[in-house]
Amino acid sequence: MLKDITLGQYFPGNSVVHRLDPRTKLILTVVYIVALFSACNLLTYALMIGVLIFCIRCSKVGYRAVFRGMKPVLVVVLITGVLNLFYNHTGEVLAKIWVFSIYSGGVRMAVMMVLRIMLLISGTFLLTYTTSPMQLTDGIEQLLGPLKKLHLPIHELAMMMSIALRFIPTLIEETDKIMSAQKARGADFESGNLVAKAKALVPLLVPLFVSALRRADELATAMECRCYIGDYGRTRMNQLVYQRRDGFALVGGFVVLAAIFVLRRVGI
Amino acid sequence: MAEQLSFAYTGADGVAPVVFKDLDLTVEQGSFVAILGHNGCGKSTLAKHMNGILLPSGGKMYVAGMDTREEALLQEIRRTVGMVFQNPDNQIISSIVEEDVAFAPENLGVAPEEIRRRVDAALDAVGMRAYALHAPHLLSGGQKQRIAIAGVLAMQPRCIVLDEPTAMLDPVGREEVLHTIRRLNREQGVTVVLITHHMDEAAQADRLIVMNEGQIIADGAPKAVFCHVELLQSVGLTVPETVGLLYELRQAGLDVPLDALSVEECAAAIAAAL
Amino acid sequence: MEPIIETQKLTHIYSVGTPFEHTALHEVDFCAYPGEILGLIGHTGSGKSSLIQHLNGLLKPTSGKVLFEGKDIWADPKQIREIRFQVGLVFQYPEYQLFEETVYKDIAFGPRNMKLSDEEVDQRVRAAADWVDLPESVLNRSPFELSGGQKRRAAIAGVLAMRPKVLILDEPTAGLDPRGRENILDTIRRIHREQGTTILLVSHSMDEIARSVDRLYVVNDGMLPYHGTPGEVFAHGTQLREMGLDIPKVTQVAQQLHRMGIPVDANVYTMEDAVRSILALQGKGDGLC
Repeated sequence: MLKDITLGQYFPGNSVVHRLDPRTKLILTVVYIVALFSACNLLTYALMIGVLIFCIRCSKVGYRAVFRGMKPVLVVVLITGVLNLFYNHTGEVLAKIWVFSIYSGGVRMAVMMVLRIMLLISGTFLLTYTTSPMQLTDGIEQLLGPLKKLHLPIHELAMMMSIALRFIPTLIEETDKIMSAQKARGADFESGNLVAKAKALVPLLVPLFVSALRRADELATAMECRCYIGDYGRTRMNQLVYQRRDGFALVGGFVVLAAIFVLRRVGI
Repeated sequence: MAEQLSFAYTGADGVAPVVFKDLDLTVEQGSFVAILGHNGCGKSTLAKHMNGILLPSGGKMYVAGMDTREEALLQEIRRTVGMVFQNPDNQIISSIVEEDVAFAPENLGVAPEEIRRRVDAALDAVGMRAYALHAPHLLSGGQKQRIAIAGVLAMQPRCIVLDEPTAMLDPVGREEVLHTIRRLNREQGVTVVLITHHMDEAAQADRLIVMNEGQIIADGAPKAVFCHVELLQSVGLTVPETVGLLYELRQAGLDVPLDALSVEECAAAIAAAL
Repeated sequence: MEPIIETQKLTHIYSVGTPFEHTALHEVDFCAYPGEILGLIGHTGSGKSSLIQHLNGLLKPTSGKVLFEGKDIWADPKQIREIRFQVGLVFQYPEYQLFEETVYKDIAFGPRNMKLSDEEVDQRVRAAADWVDLPESVLNRSPFELSGGQKRRAAIAGVLAMRPKVLILDEPTAGLDPRGRENILDTIRRIHREQGTTILLVSHSMDEIARSVDRLYVVNDGMLPYHGTPGEVFAHGTQLREMGLDIPKVTQVAQQLHRMGIPVDANVYTMEDAVRSILALQGKGDGLC
């Protein structure tokens, strides 16, 4: 059940999207997010959906994987939708339910918000699906590299992030195991009110925390044994080099952004 | 280089419990040494001294002539003696096998093409080349441990110290790892120090050292060491089943030798005595 | 005799309807009789973990049934917790599940979930600690301060305190040194002897299983190809090796002797029997080989 969570997982592959430079993908993701938040009408959203579908197709990850990743946040998406539906009081009244009225503006807003969140999540998931955590951290590190001059711990942050991503599946598996073990001693994670449920989590969280600390300790030793001393004199096996395809992709990304700004004014 | 690790450890500080007392140990270049002992006998602590993760509180520890207390030599010492630990999950740092193997040479500042070459060679040496682009968490325990070994090999160490590398594996994984270690020792001449409490694994080494309470109580060829059945039992260890059987037969008055480690040798020894 | 726990054509398929669909168990018929010590062997991924998690209702069968004392445990899904109290399951590396401030409280976790009275809980905690040889003085300490072996004992006590009729232990000796292994096995055998608990011991160490159990099942590829007394099962040495399992060394020696034409009993699997069988030959005279 917990294994269904694909958050931050990487699907190895060899598609065009996989082969793009991680820096390109990071920049494009930022451009995509800016474009998404600038989108405000039917046309612009249609364009964003088109872009996403195009990217998913190119990546060969498959729609199923992208949507599976969305499952855990579905509740948040729905709540956002429902809230927007009732709280926007512009346009004409479409229906009345008890003390609430639904306005056309509300419907429009709800659809847009839900679309926006879903597009945002699938877009960023596509980044982590097609970019290995190591590449991702390399990309971030290089893009933010200039900040090192300001003595910001960019390398350390990047390393922390990649290790966190590496340990997600391990810790999920561990959570599953501890949960089963406590259930075997009669622990009940499902019933009861919120307080009871929160309390029931103690037997799960304490061992998980203890184990995470132990793992961190062992990992630190293992890294030291492999001569890790931070960012001093480090090289990379896979050097990041911009290719022609990166140029095309970046140009494409900015063209889409420009198109969004133009279409905003058309306003359907 | 005859003397690779020489060790004289005198516990003199009153703060931490003294783990070793005047321990002297020399590991020859190219040998396969197993260190046997029950949990808490000091064998893991000893391992961590071998590449300067822990420093002696008294005495000296030399790695290929380098004193581990010399901070300037630490990187050189760590790349000379690679270390593999018990839990493979807690030593793999990347989500891609080959990127993990590349970690150590990257830290050492090796040129990119050379890293590529080393990674491929290391993966070949442990028979995991086909998995170069896989995610480690989807591999079996034995495979993960082989990746961890490859990660160390990429430093091109002269010696590998393995601290109970098979404790968490099933028999298939255990055999995979042992086979890999033996091959590295024989074919590439890598010095191997294997810390274990599995008698059958220890039996495969050239030299067997038994530790108890921070001291070496037996040291020699496995066949010779396993003959000291009572001594091993007195410190909470057992002997391989084959030796145990011969020992019991001998106790019962049958004139058999004790030094048979394989099933065939053992059966032949019994047949000869009947 | 009525089996205490039984499965009938138990099948479990993970992630039904997805590309990850995987049959972990296929029409498994397993049964344990009251008071037995049973062994379960199989390599990682053979389906043995899935099987034991069905026996106390942590997993629900895709098809087939699990019966406890003749009743289907899933007849009333609301009562499944009761089954978990009756069929205690000690997971692999159980020390990683310890969480309370004191060992006492941790052992009491199961009994408290059973909603027993304070006195009853107290009595059970102390008794369980005693069965696994944990001294009284340890009870008020934090479980995280204990030694590795003691942690494991504390975790086992946590399951024993529920007084299950069936106790399942998954690799209870994993990661321990020879003395630690022997101590845990002694404890298990003593609990069996003194409490009459039915015990299912899961292991991949044949030597360990051979010395401890009355009967054993082999799990391979989601099925149970062999079961019977250790002698009966170890007779399939070649097939077991193909499954990634090994038969005990003494049995291998006996079989080798047999091949060499020495009429030793090839079905021995404990040290004592092997010694007896070989010495018996010596008594018969010297003209044998």
